[in-house]
Amino acid sequence: MAITKKKAAKKSNTVKLKFDTSWTYDPAPESKSAATIAKQYDLFINGEWQKPQSKKYFDTINPATEEKLSEVAEAGEADVDKAVKAARNAHEKVWKKMPAKERAKYIFRIARIMQEKARELAIIESLDGGKPIRESRDFDIPTASNHFFYYAGWADKLEYAFPNRQTAPLGVAAQIIPWNFPLLMAAWKIAPAIATGNTVVLKSAETTPLTAYKLAEIIREADLPPGVVNIISGAGATGAAMVNHPDVNKIAFTGSTDVGKIIQRAIAGTNKKVTLELGGKAANIIFEDAPIDQAVEGVINGIFFNQGHVCCAGSRLYVQESIAKIVIRKLKDRLESLIVGDPLDKNTDIGAINSKAQLDTIHKYISIGKKEGAEMYESSCRIPGKGFFCRPTLFTNVAQSNRIAQEEIFGPVLSVLTFRTDDEVIEKANNSPYGLSAGVWTDKGSKIFNMTKRMRAGVVWANTFNKFDPTSPFGGYKESGFGREGGLHGLLPYVELRS
Amino acid sequence: MAVQHKKPAPAATVRNNYFHSSPPIDQVGVEERASRFTKRSIKKESKKNGLLLVLNMIDLTTLEGKDTDGKVKQLCYKAMHPHDAYTTLTGEELPTVAAICVYPSMVKVAKKALGDSGIKVASVATAFPSGQAPADIKIRDTKYAVNEGADEVDMVISRGKFHAGEYNFVFDEIAAIKEACGDARLKVILETGELGTLDKVRRASDIAMEAGADFIKTSTGKIQPAATMPVTLVMLEAIRDFYYKTGKMIGMKPAGGISKSKLALHYLVMVKEVLGEDWLNNEWFRFGASSLANDVLMQLVKGKTGLYQAANYFSAD
Repeated sequence: MAITKKKAAKKSNTVKLKFDTSWTYDPAPESKSAATIAKQYDLFINGEWQKPQSKKYFDTINPATEEKLSEVAEAGEADVDKAVKAARNAHEKVWKKMPAKERAKYIFRIARIMQEKARELAIIESLDGGKPIRESRDFDIPTASNHFFYYAGWADKLEYAFPNRQTAPLGVAAQIIPWNFPLLMAAWKIAPAIATGNTVVLKSAETTPLTAYKLAEIIREADLPPGVVNIISGAGATGAAMVNHPDVNKIAFTGSTDVGKIIQRAIAGTNKKVTLELGGKAANIIFEDAPIDQAVEGVINGIFFNQGHVCCAGSRLYVQESIAKIVIRKLKDRLESLIVGDPLDKNTDIGAINSKAQLDTIHKYISIGKKEGAEMYESSCRIPGKGFFCRPTLFTNVAQSNRIAQEEIFGPVLSVLTFRTDDEVIEKANNSPYGLSAGVWTDKGSKIFNMTKRMRAGVVWANTFNKFDPTSPFGGYKESGFGREGGLHGLLPYVELRS
Repeated sequence: MAVQHKKPAPAATVRNNYFHSSPPIDQVGVEERASRFTKRSIKKESKKNGLLLVLNMIDLTTLEGKDTDGKVKQLCYKAMHPHDAYTTLTGEELPTVAAICVYPSMVKVAKKALGDSGIKVASVATAFPSGQAPADIKIRDTKYAVNEGADEVDMVISRGKFHAGEYNFVFDEIAAIKEACGDARLKVILETGELGTLDKVRRASDIAMEAGADFIKTSTGKIQPAATMPVTLVMLEAIRDFYYKTGKMIGMKPAGGISKSKLALHYLVMVKEVLGEDWLNNEWFRFGASSLANDVLMQLVKGKTGLYQAANYFSAD
């Protein structure tokens, strides 16, 4: 008996699964012809396409091929001023006076047209941002239109959201969105703002301006009164002009913690309200009593969803030491079945990194991780020669003091750490300047409640990860920002409560 | 503990504790993962090659009270010549199916009809499908099938004993049948539709593999639900863990309810991404099905001609 056991153990050292199979998937690309992209996009101000007074345009490229897709206007200070004036005018003369149930009709209409154009929106989102079509088709676009549906429903029911209080809109909201979920972030920002009677100036991110302009086309088609939603594009300077504009009442920003701090300094002493949704370094915790295969799948989706360009990505994995070996083996096996490549291919799991600059940042952190002595493992998959691609990567033997365990990488790189006890892992998980999200994997219900109560994070997922819904609030603790978006909570940052 | 079996060896008690520590399974997570496989887009050559592989993995099955020599012989001919018109049409040979699956009384007929085609004869045994018979009858049933020439035996576990927590009984019974099989490969049917939870599917899989199963199989086709993708995924993951633990490969056979090519291809995707290359052949993966073959053939012809032929062009056996 003992001998057979020994033999078996010896044999198991050499066993390995081969995922490079003789039966392979043929390319299954989504057709580009189902999407129309103009050669040039002007600013969408007061319901019209307007040439930028800055006279400047910049290119937006496909990160998977490095080919130019279109060029978009760069809004200067004068353009921002024009957009804010249009928004102010629409707010005073039309939008705040309109009965809420009428406002809701416009928002429902936007949501429905988004559904009708879902395929085109998904293709453009993948072309411009590099995310796999499976995600833009199954997640980004439907969730974005759901946000409009959800907040359209609230528009004439605010007295139920805030019982015994009168609500009033704030006025003009300046909204700045990131490049990781371009259309979805636009929806998160615009829907609650206009549902509560505010008007909007929204700036898309520099590398992903196209779906926001497609949304502008939809808004025109929905006959939204001119000036209620103004959409512009540009980089940091444009954002600064929006933040510093004296006639803006509210700033909503999603992006890096550094810029979040700049915004806070800039508005100090003003009456502007602000919500910030910033970086993260989420702890994803697997206990030894967890459903391991499902936990591994959750970890994979937690870090590799959208190439890891997710502020709430589960980038710090804490595994209880007793199961660390098994979990790491399973993670490595799963890495091998991830398909990296053309974002438009329906079988792609991991698309292109959003920009050259971001790819450089990721490479910088990978070399930091190696220097820090952590063990690197990357998938053996082939990646395209052109475009910005990064193999899914994980680091084992990571220490809490390593930079790859502390700083946000914003790419497909997972740091794996181990722990022994509940108290230890809570201390380590909370030991971060960030506090956006966290995950707990255990089969034991009481442990879930104990952990979630003690975790300092805005969202804690139990036995799942990266689940989003319009009805559920989202936002951070500590340097991950403040204010909540989504759900009933997401109305509050856009209303003034009166007694 | 009622001692109906002969030797409750101490080793079995140790194993019993082991089965209590089969990892927990989260149903929501399993369903999500299973549905992810269905998102793979299988087109062109990969579709054709996948369909040929599926055809070659089928255990063409007839398990009816009204089975006769004539019925079994016709099925055997179908197994060897799934659709000769395809060769006429394309000049390409089709693979045969993997095996014919029949009751023990039909093994001899099938064996003779199949001759040296290389197609295996599988026989259900152990008081299939209920498994509610005394141990010695189950062993005789198995030995009879093997003596008649069965290459493979598909047994059912005692679900009643399993639900009652008598894992040692279930384990020992499988081990005894395995012994009775001799050189024939043993497929252990868990009848997952009667097990109730995925946790129990996992535990039953672990017991079967530890007790000597060469294959684990979802269901008999007599109970609904039969094979589902989540259940099959849990079993494939159990096979993977067992392989890493022991170095021993175990085969997998979902059976019942897989009648369409598209669904069969989803299963193939699942095998490819969970277990990889070594399992992508009929030595280690089978479909227990009776109507799947014709749908695969129809799709293969469509791949060549661009047109779906009417069902009447494919032999109904």
